[in-house]
Amino acid sequence: MSNAIAAILALLGAAFVLIGALGVMRMPDLMLRMHATTKAGALGGGLLAISAGVHFGDASVMVRAIAILGFVILTAPIAAHVIARAAYFTGVEFWDKTLKDELREKLDTRGHVLYSGFEAKDVGHADKPDADN
Amino acid sequence: MNIWVITIVLTVLSLAMGLAFVRLVKGPTLPDRVVALELIASITVAIIVAYAMLTDVAAFIDVALVLALTGFMAAVGFARFIEHGGSRE
Repeated sequence: MSNAIAAILALLGAAFVLIGALGVMRMPDLMLRMHATTKAGALGGGLLAISAGVHFGDASVMVRAIAILGFVILTAPIAAHVIARAAYFTGVEFWDKTLKDELREKLDTRGHVLYSGFEAKDVGHADKPDADN
Repeated sequence: MNIWVITIVLTVLSLAMGLAFVRLVKGPTLPDRVVALELIASITVAIIVAYAMLTDVAAFIDVALVLALTGFMAAVGFARFIEHGGSRE
């Protein structure tokens, strides 16, 4: 029984990793590629780790497997965010069919300042005493 | 576990590693390569775990855990390198 569960988990994990790799190969754009790898890759690796824990049937191995799963799930979003942020600040090109990039006009990528879009309105009401921001 | 299951898992993971390696070579920008490297690190973790199941040696799980830690550090380091200058290709 535990053998069958481990086999199903391992096959599922390998399939998810393959989907992630297909995404990184086929997607047209950095952000779309990260969208494929971050989630599918992390889930596939975690599923394989849990499969190993079930396969060995040992509490200490299961704890290590859960540690791998937890660590991958915790760090994959952080790593993806850090890389995407660095790529965005350096002005990586987007896919030409990208419909919307609202951040581009509001973000000063050199000074790392994000404008809210309400600065002009504040200037208009500058006579108010509490509108100095 | 059945030897065929592990064989299929390892074959699929090798295929995934090949696809990620194509993206690593093709680029076109440095962040693309970093994403491919990160994926290769997580595929390597998966391969080590599958190999631990193949050989029934539980100590390989520790290797996978350490490699998962190191891969995250490498991703953060590369991201800082991209953001603070350096080649963008």
